Amino acid sequence: MENQNLILAIETSCDETAAAVIRNGNEIVSNVVSSQIASQTRFGGVVPEIASRHHVEKITLVIEKALKDANLDPEELDAVAVTEGPGLVGALLIGINAAKAFAFAHGLPIIGVHHIAGHIYANALVQSMEFPLLALVVSGGHTELVLMKEHGHFEVIGETRDDAAGEAYDKVARVLNLPYPGGPHIDRLAHEASEGVVFPRAWLEDSYDFSFSGLKSAVINFKHNMEQRGEKIIPEQVAKGFQDSVVEVLTTKTVRAAKEFQVKQVIAAGGVSANKGLRTSLEQAFAKEEIPFYVPPLNLCTDNAAMIGAAAASMYNASVRGNLSMNGNPGMELKSWSKE
Amino acid sequence: MIWLGIDTSNTPLSVAITKNGQTLVEIVQNVKLTHSVTAMPVIEELLAKVNMKPNDIDAIAVSEGPGSYTGIRIGVTIAKTLAWTLNKPLVGVSSLKVIASNANLFNGLVCSLFDARRQNVYAGVYRGIHMEPVIEDHHCTIVDLLTNLKELKEPVLFVGQDVTIFEEVIKEHLGEKALFAPKTLQLPRATKLIELAAEKPFQSMDEVQAFVPKYHRLAQAEAEWMKEQKKE
Repeated sequence: MENQNLILAIETSCDETAAAVIRNGNEIVSNVVSSQIASQTRFGGVVPEIASRHHVEKITLVIEKALKDANLDPEELDAVAVTEGPGLVGALLIGINAAKAFAFAHGLPIIGVHHIAGHIYANALVQSMEFPLLALVVSGGHTELVLMKEHGHFEVIGETRDDAAGEAYDKVARVLNLPYPGGPHIDRLAHEASEGVVFPRAWLEDSYDFSFSGLKSAVINFKHNMEQRGEKIIPEQVAKGFQDSVVEVLTTKTVRAAKEFQVKQVIAAGGVSANKGLRTSLEQAFAKEEIPFYVPPLNLCTDNAAMIGAAAASMYNASVRGNLSMNGNPGMELKSWSKE
Repeated sequence: MIWLGIDTSNTPLSVAITKNGQTLVEIVQNVKLTHSVTAMPVIEELLAKVNMKPNDIDAIAVSEGPGSYTGIRIGVTIAKTLAWTLNKPLVGVSSLKVIASNANLFNGLVCSLFDARRQNVYAGVYRGIHMEPVIEDHHCTIVDLLTNLKELKEPVLFVGQDVTIFEEVIKEHLGEKALFAPKTLQLPRATKLIELAAEKPFQSMDEVQAFVPKYHRLAQAEAEWMKEQKKE
């Protein structure tokens, strides 16, 4: 990052109301996340209307805390960044309109950031990014393999054709009557079983794409069949079987892509990269391949605004600017901002 | 005293700046555009028109609902963020009352309503120059509203763009007691919003931070969840 800059970043794409201040794209000056999990647990998942209502309630408090923790006045900032998409449109709109009002009030430029670019750039807050770089983005809404040749360059080489990995985790958790969010519970149960039920793996031939809906159906069918025979399923073994399938496919494809594109660094990003089973598998695989592999700390894997600020710093240096007519973009495509 | 008023509660958008009670500039837009795209550029444009900076505003008025959930959230988010970060007072006013006050010179009851789908409405009934509430804003079926209005045995002037949807059933229930405002009085005007806001006390900064729209309805998932809780 050639220029010194201080960016206030805001993220409200799902159920976390978050704000952060980032210096030069690599230093977290403050990082505030207000989670709605306690409220959303009642519904067994994120209800968009409820998420939007919580965001309006918390938004200025969260921004104020980020500024206070950073001990900064708005005038000292260089730009305001906000998640423009993808995400829940009603939720995105709260962050976007707060960001626009704040930027306008203080005459600051505004930068609209892609949520996945944010997840990838969470790594810039931990160590410098080396290119070419391969990012495995796994969360409740995304499962993507992204190749980066330089800062601000993105090429999606594979993505899910149906459910995101995190979505499959949540659905299988529901089948096993585990509380929301289900991912951590499945991860925990999977480690309690020595043997897992054997579930299929969706390889999709040579493609780097993913598919998890068949696996999810296989788990549901397995449970039904067992119940029809009057037998009980062992949740630990189902959890392990499911997780083994997800982890093996993710790891195998990521390793294959890393080798094909001869990347210097592999990173995992997104909420599901906090999963112990997945982390361990990727760490072991890349240790064997002698390719540096990194996962950001847990608080930077889940949705946060620090990562949005990190991505925005690269955009700021590339002179990317938004304007006051920015809208929520729920299906936003990941586009490069590098000049090439 | 310089006020900025913002109403994004339904399809129309209205923004105004007033000084010492007099209009400096006002816009009423009644085209189907996303408030998220238009509201901030309009605010910027109007301030530029009157040659003012954001910090020149002394107080902010916002229509707080009911209305389109997303619509009111956009207005409220912009208003509360500006108020908080510029350290200015914020006053919320019922979006039904804002439209009712277009007819505040009418000598009688003014009923303001928005369509809430499936024969439901958001409605409020007011009277007099200061728009004293006769029936507080609420969410109900159109028939319940009209039954309540009939009991008041007075002429009622209906205002709001959605009134036309219910014109027949209104006439059926109230007959000659039902009066309908001309179309030009059916859109929210931010100057009327400011007029009503100026009569209310300012909120503390804590209240500004905690400010949320008045939806007058639970989110569906929440309503269902509460029903489940009662069953158990």
